[in-house]
Amino acid sequence: MLLALENVSKKVGAEDHIYPLSLSLVPGTINVLLGTTKAGKTSLMRLMAGLDRPTEGRVVAGGKDVTGVSVRERDLAMVYQQFINYPSFTVFDNIASPLRIKGVAESEIRKRVTDMAERLHITPYLQRFPAELSGGQQQRTAMARALIKEAGLLLLDEPLVNLDYKLREELRNELTELFSEGKTTVVYATTEPLEALQLGGHVAVLHEGRLLQNGPTLDVFNAPNSIQAARTFSDPPINLMHATLDANGTAQMGSGLVLQLSPAQMQKAAGHKEVILGLRAHSLRLAARYPDDVPIEAEVELAEISGSETYVHVHRGRIALVAQLPGVHDLELGTPCSMYCRPGDLFLYAPDGALLFAPTLIQAGV
Amino acid sequence: MARIELVDLAHAYKPNPSAPSDYALRPMNMQWDDGGAYALLGPSGCGKTTLLNIISGLLRPSHGRVLFDGKDVTNLPPEARNIAQVFQFPVIYDTMTVFDNLAFPLRNRGWKTADINKRVQQVAEMLELTGDLKHRASGLSVDAKQKISLGRGLVRPDVAAVLFDEPLTVIDPHLKWLLRRKLKEIHHELKLSLIYVTHDQVEALTFADKVVVMTQGEVVQAGTAQELFEEPAHTFVGYFIGNPGMNLLPCKINGGAAHLAGSSIPLSPDASAALSGATGNTTLGIRPEFVECEFEQMPDTAPATITSIRNLGTHYLAEFRLGEHTIAAKLRQLSASAGEKVWLRLPAERTLYYVNDKRVA
Amino acid sequence: MKTYNNRAWFLILPVILCVAFSAILPLMTIVNYSVQDILSPTQHVFVGTEWFRMVMRDSELHGALYRQLIFSLSVLAIQIPLGILIALSMPAQGWKASMSLVLIALPLLIPWNVVGTIWQIFGRGDIGLLGYAINHAGISYNYTGDSIDAWVTVLVMDIWHWTPLVVLLCYAGLRAIPDAYYQAAKIDGASRWAVFRFIQLPKLRNVLMIAVLLRFMDSFMIYTEPFVLTGGGPGNATTFLSQYLTQKAVGQFDLGPAAAFSLIYFLIILLFCFVLYNWMQRVGTGDKK
Repeated sequence: MLLALENVSKKVGAEDHIYPLSLSLVPGTINVLLGTTKAGKTSLMRLMAGLDRPTEGRVVAGGKDVTGVSVRERDLAMVYQQFINYPSFTVFDNIASPLRIKGVAESEIRKRVTDMAERLHITPYLQRFPAELSGGQQQRTAMARALIKEAGLLLLDEPLVNLDYKLREELRNELTELFSEGKTTVVYATTEPLEALQLGGHVAVLHEGRLLQNGPTLDVFNAPNSIQAARTFSDPPINLMHATLDANGTAQMGSGLVLQLSPAQMQKAAGHKEVILGLRAHSLRLAARYPDDVPIEAEVELAEISGSETYVHVHRGRIALVAQLPGVHDLELGTPCSMYCRPGDLFLYAPDGALLFAPTLIQAGV
Repeated sequence: MARIELVDLAHAYKPNPSAPSDYALRPMNMQWDDGGAYALLGPSGCGKTTLLNIISGLLRPSHGRVLFDGKDVTNLPPEARNIAQVFQFPVIYDTMTVFDNLAFPLRNRGWKTADINKRVQQVAEMLELTGDLKHRASGLSVDAKQKISLGRGLVRPDVAAVLFDEPLTVIDPHLKWLLRRKLKEIHHELKLSLIYVTHDQVEALTFADKVVVMTQGEVVQAGTAQELFEEPAHTFVGYFIGNPGMNLLPCKINGGAAHLAGSSIPLSPDASAALSGATGNTTLGIRPEFVECEFEQMPDTAPATITSIRNLGTHYLAEFRLGEHTIAAKLRQLSASAGEKVWLRLPAERTLYYVNDKRVA
Repeated sequence: MKTYNNRAWFLILPVILCVAFSAILPLMTIVNYSVQDILSPTQHVFVGTEWFRMVMRDSELHGALYRQLIFSLSVLAIQIPLGILIALSMPAQGWKASMSLVLIALPLLIPWNVVGTIWQIFGRGDIGLLGYAINHAGISYNYTGDSIDAWVTVLVMDIWHWTPLVVLLCYAGLRAIPDAYYQAAKIDGASRWAVFRFIQLPKLRNVLMIAVLLRFMDSFMIYTEPFVLTGGGPGNATTFLSQYLTQKAVGQFDLGPAAAFSLIYFLIILLFCFVLYNWMQRVGTGDKK
């Protein structure tokens, strides 16, 4: 289903929960809503679902204005953070409930429910009650119930956040497979940038009720159009440094750190004396790998080993940086080290936050 | 600061446990050094919270003893053990200011006002709460409230250990970074024994010097992040740690090589020796970070087909089909598409072998 | 723009009709009577605000109002703390909890005039267990003759009857407090009193608000129990507002002033509840936004 929000806003009392925004959902892919806890993701989803009415603007589904239409008449399904199932129904009945409401024949119901349970790996639990299941199993039941409806729109509001880390990983993989099969428009809200990247599709970055950026996930990741969008869409946090530029494109960042910008960057930064430089954590390395790598001398503050990666916090004077290094690096506090990066990997932002230059990413992980 | 020892510790809810499944916590022995940071890592229901509650004194174990600095504290209640605990959601006294919240444990112990002031200021500075001291605790953000919960534990100088029960669950990812860092800084400065329970491997591995991995009431491995990552002693550890987890492929050992899906991976002499005569299920384990991908047939590679490639911003995650097995690999670069035939190399020094889930080579 | 689904409105239509019939129409009738002098069922004279002015100046009414206020405040002062105390000492789980809940709730199940009758007999010096025991112990006790004794008896009866409501509300509120708070308090070395003051009481705030409002409204309108117990006596020592009102309206058939007073009564309760509610809302949250 083609869902579009046109100039939609939501005010509750004197508070703006959603500032006027327009958003078109892309059918057949995952549309991720990314933002921190109070960014407005749930409010926006409720507007899409019809659970709330926008203060202004229209909601258009399949070409028709559905702004005032009640939720019951809309063709959608929703999965919540808290595992919501009918407590007095068995898992089988839970999954069958949307079909029963539609009046589908029992034999057909049986077939479809067993199919869906198979896909979500909950076949052994069909005769149990939700209270007897673990969190992951309950959430799978809720998802089965949502998916079996084959609705045009499927909304998921941080569905994995109450689950274990490993379970989250597994379910996420399964979800991407499940969604790729249908023609449903999927909307998935999350606070984690890594989850957005793993899900792919399109992303809408929200912050404090405003839509910051909208587009294919990788495009938004590679070129966040404002500092706040860059901040929201980074994990580990993006390194940001104030810099003063001179006519030759030399950026001075204080604490003795000087970097030379490339001609392409200089061109985009023309006219700005002050800029904010952004550098992603994985753009820093311990050893030079490319011919244009430059060293940044700094001192190690902290090394966080997470097994496959090490996050090293370094500082140079008053500049603090985080680097994401592959592998295990046991660095002690106070060790001097050199971090290498390519000036071409720097993002340039104007002092008001607008994007001036984004590095053209040829391959990931570069 | 305390050295914590667990001696023959086990916990069962039924009076006479016979089978392993009767135990919520299977018999274990452990020593934790004074001033170390330890994490208890495992999925829901693995017993980590039970273990934490036994250490804190909220639960009496059915078997075994808990020793703090050599002293048997098994029967002592929490307030007599000099521990502090931070819970999943912030536990603060709503009606008090931040200052009063932090001062509360000291007031209960009869400290003098001047001493209380000094100590509270010290702790508030460490936690960056100095500006909020006069405000009502209930009006602050969630991460500030967790800091207050933590502060109430740190404010007592005689605290032997601080126990954390999944404390970052309700915190946003951006703030998680800051809080994790803060915890590490505090650990560095105060050198307290810290025990941290979580199901999030990143939290556990970044926080702790040593991580205890548990599943279904059993401790499967205790080691540093590096050990757990590079030398998992149990297939569960291989699977649980790492994002994605280790590739675990059933194989057959024959004549100095491991056979799976028609290809043979040669074994090193040590591995061969260790595996000879092994009876039981043999599994080959290799982490996606170490799988190498070639586009032409090279010696010691196995043919496979690409089933999916995903660009995750900082690297590519590719999945391959090797016979009936799926192998995942994390690669920095991959210009290829699904369906292509490739050759995978599994470096011998990174490939581990498990018999009946326990590491042999 | 098409509006929301309107079917729901039809489902509450029966309720609207019932409420209209049993409450709104009679209320309108009262407003009508309050500005008229009802000489007989067929003779009405419009007198404007005269009844309201008369009611305000009626000294007997002032007396009843005064007694009523003392009663309600005493009731609140005793029942709320007592209710909290009992709720705190009740077990939290197991069969003992169920049993104590049932026992505590028993007084609430008794019809109100039966409550009055029970205490009326209970307090009698000749055949009542309580009255006999007190007199036998050397204290002279006679609730029909002595005003103080009558007051005390009415109060004790109300406490016996209604404290269980406060207990049930507080008990439910206490069960809703997560265990972690008690654990943290233990670790902090907090005394029992500190746990009560800093954890339980603040978390009971919402429940207590309901309890206070309910008890205030009910006690301010109390009629059956004291009427059956003392009949308002001795003299008018235990004549509270609603009884006074009934005497006026039904006894003397003075519908006009009675209607005027009903409205004032209604407004007094509304005002008190409004003030109480706002005050309690602010007490808990304090100055921070």
